[in-house]
Amino acid sequence: MTNHWIDLKNADAFLIMGSNAAEHHPISFKWVLNAKERGAVVIHVDPKFSRTSARSNFHVPLRSGTDIAFLGGMIKYILDNEKYFKDYVVAYTNASFLVNKDFGFQDGLFTGFDPQTRSYDKKTWSFQLDDNGVPKRDESLQDPNCVFQLLKKHYARYTPDKVSTITGVSEENLLKVWEAYSATGTGTKAGTVMYALGWTQHSVGVQNIRSACMIQLLLGNIGIPGGGVNALRGEPNVQGSTDHALLYHILPGYMATPTAAWQTLADYQKANTPVSKDPKSANWWQNKPKYMVSLLKAWFGDKATADNDFCYGLLPKLEAGVDYSYMYLFDRMYHDQVRGGFIFGLNPMNTLANTHKARAAMDHLDWVVTSELHHTETTDNWRRPGVDPKTVKTEYFLLPSAHRIEKEGTISNSGRWTLWHHKAIEPAGEAKNFGFMLIGLANKLRAKYLQEGGALPEAVTWQDWPQHYDAEEWCKRINGFFLADTKVGDKTYKKGQLVPSFAALKDDGTTSSLNWLYTGSFTEEEGNKTKRRDPKQTPMQEKIGLFPNWSWCWPVNRRIIYNRASVDPTGKPWNPDKPLIAWENGKWVGDVPDGPWPPLANEGGKYPFIMHTHGFSQLFGPGRVDGPFPEHYEPVETPVTSHPFSSQLSNPMYKFVSGDLDKLAKPGDPAYPIVLTTYSLTEHWCGGGETRNVPCLLEAEPQLYVEMSEELAREKGIKNGDGVIVESIRGKVEAIAMVTVRIRPFAVQGKTVHLVGMPFCFGWTTPKCGDSTNRLTPSVADPNTTIYELKACLVDVKKTDQLTEIAR
Amino acid sequence: MAKTFLIDTSRCTACRGCQIACKEWNELPANDTRQWGSHQNPPDLNAYNYKLVRFNERRDGDTVRWNFFPDQCRHCIDPPCKHEADAYVEGAVIQDPETGAVLFTEKTRQLSEEACEAVREACPYNIPRRHPVTGALVKCTMCHERITRGMLPACVKACPTGAMNFGEREEMLALAEKRLAAVKAEFPNAMLADPDSVSVIYLLTDDPFNYHQNAVAGVTRDLDRQQFLARLTAPLRRSARAAMQG
Repeated sequence: MTNHWIDLKNADAFLIMGSNAAEHHPISFKWVLNAKERGAVVIHVDPKFSRTSARSNFHVPLRSGTDIAFLGGMIKYILDNEKYFKDYVVAYTNASFLVNKDFGFQDGLFTGFDPQTRSYDKKTWSFQLDDNGVPKRDESLQDPNCVFQLLKKHYARYTPDKVSTITGVSEENLLKVWEAYSATGTGTKAGTVMYALGWTQHSVGVQNIRSACMIQLLLGNIGIPGGGVNALRGEPNVQGSTDHALLYHILPGYMATPTAAWQTLADYQKANTPVSKDPKSANWWQNKPKYMVSLLKAWFGDKATADNDFCYGLLPKLEAGVDYSYMYLFDRMYHDQVRGGFIFGLNPMNTLANTHKARAAMDHLDWVVTSELHHTETTDNWRRPGVDPKTVKTEYFLLPSAHRIEKEGTISNSGRWTLWHHKAIEPAGEAKNFGFMLIGLANKLRAKYLQEGGALPEAVTWQDWPQHYDAEEWCKRINGFFLADTKVGDKTYKKGQLVPSFAALKDDGTTSSLNWLYTGSFTEEEGNKTKRRDPKQTPMQEKIGLFPNWSWCWPVNRRIIYNRASVDPTGKPWNPDKPLIAWENGKWVGDVPDGPWPPLANEGGKYPFIMHTHGFSQLFGPGRVDGPFPEHYEPVETPVTSHPFSSQLSNPMYKFVSGDLDKLAKPGDPAYPIVLTTYSLTEHWCGGGETRNVPCLLEAEPQLYVEMSEELAREKGIKNGDGVIVESIRGKVEAIAMVTVRIRPFAVQGKTVHLVGMPFCFGWTTPKCGDSTNRLTPSVADPNTTIYELKACLVDVKKTDQLTEIAR
Repeated sequence: MAKTFLIDTSRCTACRGCQIACKEWNELPANDTRQWGSHQNPPDLNAYNYKLVRFNERRDGDTVRWNFFPDQCRHCIDPPCKHEADAYVEGAVIQDPETGAVLFTEKTRQLSEEACEAVREACPYNIPRRHPVTGALVKCTMCHERITRGMLPACVKACPTGAMNFGEREEMLALAEKRLAAVKAEFPNAMLADPDSVSVIYLLTDDPFNYHQNAVAGVTRDLDRQQFLARLTAPLRRSARAAMQG
């Protein structure tokens, strides 16, 4: 979240889209309902009417996978009706930037596309620079090559009739949402966007979110109380896991993973450190070398020296152009290119797309180590239904894992607050926490390399691991230490003392930090700030529910990021009733500002979007692989054969794997005419591996169901509560029909398109509750993130009297 | 001092935190349920579920209405179940004068099956259930052992949105009126269910029958609509008058 949970109460309008917030982030609705009571309008745009819709002012059903058409139409509406907040757009976004004259867009493709490699040469997606290397701007927004004019041109095609015919949303409903939401573009109102996996899990996932960012920028809704683009993250600690780089493509603190192209630290720093020639641009990432060297010092300790590149050479390097994410990992596994591995804290045999293939892929492993609270579809894949365990060569290890409440440590919530949690009880039996397992493993490996040697043993033996795991000691390592006596301002820190803020991190090896974003969370002055529970606040902070002394939040306890955009260039809040920061008597008051510099108009002032090289937020976003502006493309499996915006049916760059188990239904396939969308539910957590073992949760949601409209049920002769078979080109799944008014058919291009929805939390290790819904979903993914398209694919449904996976 | 719940359904998201918390606190075993075409599960109150969130959906023109009703014992101020049970076994049902909680005691085991049925029949909200093994009558206890130690009932403690509220009766009545006034902007027909006669007051934004057939006491669909509304709003008018005079 750019903002935080409590801040939701400051919104005047909510666009909840790609999220079922009330069900999956129940606490969010405490704040949403507070705002609603104050008169805020709560809008839910989603294929089905859910518990979120029930508490919203209105729900608008949308065919799954058509969000960009819907949002592109809203961008056009905002521009045509001048609903944007012009001062903000001119001063803080790149609307005024002049784009390379050779940039263009034609029939669904941007300039530079190579159909052979299915990729873009992004050369023309660039800005015109002046003699000093600073982007040229036209603050009148009239230049035909300026971003604003290109934006207008791009979305001119997204007329209400075209948007309506492809999304299945009536024009009346489109206008109702666009009008209600864009009323926030005044500077004194706030609109917030709440999204989750309903946006990310599409072949255009990243561009769904880009569309929302652009709307928020046009309306001046970024950096303000009650605004933001709010990715709702939850109990799985997604926030903490991305911050600390659980994914392969980043190192802790959102720095790129080294690739084979960057063999030396100098190569890495040069390729990853942006340069701005504009004195008003803070260009914060210019500090990256300090964070990288501090990270290497934290990893390799005294062994890391300036002379040996701080051990950069010992880090594994990614091969350029190779995708290491799940979809490809399991494809490689299926093709015998992976021998073994560790699966901790997830249940991929239930949650990956096309689990038929994922389950078969695991049989190709020699060994696998899992660590879980309970037996799951993953820990027990070797004895899954229809498989004789004797034929499975894989050796499985199951390490009993401690439950969250059986260990202490931190969790980072969606609002970037990092909160300490105490251990409530001792782990049962032989269960241990992951820290114990991983540090134990690292030390065993190191001892073995020390004794026996091997290829490049230093990569392991030089790592600075403690003997034992201690959560609080680990927090200190994350914060970072001074490795030499250092003066910061008037204060001298001794070698071995904690670094007070990332501003003090150095690139000369005299500081360490496992994650620069968390530097300042554990200090000499205040100790472990994740334990702070003080509701103290100033009257200004009280107005907007800001609690700076409760836990700690990255970066530097800044509760709303990009907050310099909440004030005008002189430092005066756009909305005087809800000030977030303000420049008063030569200093900032309120939240921790995005950098210490004075307001933009003052001497030494800086642009507010400090993480962007040029200091401006991006309406034109050349960073993504599939286009600087979001464009509507159909899901890879789509019920239509054309759409009104171009002849490019699906994302030209969507990722896929091919093989005997990777079949795809063709567009408009008559054998699979129904759209399937998948989701979670309140009562079960993710793949259900934990919650299906909690009897009263299983009592409340016991078995796999498929929600469908009364119209579809009538067509198929299905009654509420009947057993049905849902079938895609990849497999069949049994479910119980839930016939409901909450799902309705869509009118798409003059035809009826039905949609059904299923949760994915049920699996065969819980007897007779049904098995993985993901046996139906396809191995196709977003080209930027390789997140699977789990929210839209094609199926058929039929009634059955013979259920084998589900008890009646 | 008498205690009262205010259950504000306009803030209920049917997360079922209350239903689960109730089971957990009372250490009640799970029923072996089936998906039966509804999210409402178990389908009804039973000896192992003192609290159940009921789901009721319908289409109203082009608008979908989905109502959530966290059903439980209303702890009537003058409890008919107690009157009925007293006729069979004195002390089977008691009312705690301190909190107003209506409690089914161990002595309910002495009630015959027929007597239990008579007690259930007497309840205007169809709450009591007979334990299949022990024969005891069971239902919500107002978390008596918690509230007498200064804690909130488990269901209230678990509620994330402020739908479940608990406190002194006067305080809850005032909150109910305040909340009612606030939700009337969006739902002009919003009402409080039987506020004068129960300790568990529901704020409803829709016709009570669109939540549950026993959402309010002693009326059926056949009752004249005007009569019905008059009966429902009388206590409101009374309390509004009282509030103005007070």
